[in-house]
Amino acid sequence: MLLISCPNCGPRDETEFHYGGQAHIAYPENPNDLSDREWAEYLFYRENTKGTFAERWVHSTGCRQWFNMLRDTVSYEIHSIYAMGQSRPDITASSPKAEPEKPGEFTQSGDYGQAGDPGLAPGTATAPTSSEGV
Amino acid sequence: MAETATPSETVNRVRGARRSPAEHLAEAFTSGSVPGTVTLTEIPYQAMVGVRVDRTSDAGARVAAVTGGLPAACGEVTGSGSVNTLWLGPTEFMVVAPEEAHDSLGGSLVGDLTTALGNDAGQVVDLSANRTTFELSGSHARAVLEKTCSLDLHPRVFKAGTAVSTELAHIPVMLWKTSEDSYRIFPRASFADFLGRWLLDAMREYASPEVP
Repeated sequence: MLLISCPNCGPRDETEFHYGGQAHIAYPENPNDLSDREWAEYLFYRENTKGTFAERWVHSTGCRQWFNMLRDTVSYEIHSIYAMGQSRPDITASSPKAEPEKPGEFTQSGDYGQAGDPGLAPGTATAPTSSEGV
Repeated sequence: MAETATPSETVNRVRGARRSPAEHLAEAFTSGSVPGTVTLTEIPYQAMVGVRVDRTSDAGARVAAVTGGLPAACGEVTGSGSVNTLWLGPTEFMVVAPEEAHDSLGGSLVGDLTTALGNDAGQVVDLSANRTTFELSGSHARAVLEKTCSLDLHPRVFKAGTAVSTELAHIPVMLWKTSEDSYRIFPRASFADFLGRWLLDAMREYASPEVP
């Protein structure tokens, strides 16, 4: 069971939350200009990171607010919780202990891992966003 | 020939026709309670109003004038006397009042709040039938809740006058500690039967002498 610190309500059990998938996926600025493939990639293609992963959560039985979380998908350690609309914090600078104890377990602590060809990974798609954050 | 019911007749007819979500458990609540140790009762038909408003805005100030303040953070309860406001979210609140405060029973709570909000951003919704109220009190009330609640209910942490929304027996509820030994639990109406029976079961052991 994860103990998640809701920004509004403090630490609560994981069962009070719902998972919202990968964070920082910008809504395409001009959806009509996208090809079917690009649109499908925006909708469905997500990272499958082993290591530190930025994801969205909602405190569904509490304050019902969304927030972002930087979580390690291997150790389940929660590195950072930050508001919607904020950019992904650089955990290597702020907390050195976030580095893996066992070298080689995973490598990415700042980059998003296996982002494929440019433009295919959802996180790297077109620039500004309107849907995210309030 | 048309028979016109006077307002009080209408009110009485409404009162007679309604059924509270845990009414069928009233007898079980009485027989399952252990006076002085832990008692469970339903407080039916409380007026509840869901309010969404930015508390720092003008509309928020007007709504706060009706409710006697809007809570600023998780856990806070504002208001004094019979009308209280619970914090549900940064811009979301629940006003709880006795049934007499409801507009259909001679009060003016919902109307006053709607007027206070006016045309500004936000909403005022009558949610009186959404939830019922259980009152769990007695020296062992906390022990009963601790069987299922994952929050730290120790008085050092969870102080009287605090209300949080959380889970009891895996269902979402509002939990309001009204005094040191008394809790008000607001489950949704459809969960009232389940939670009522769950709490009765949890209370059962306190009817027997404590095993040393």
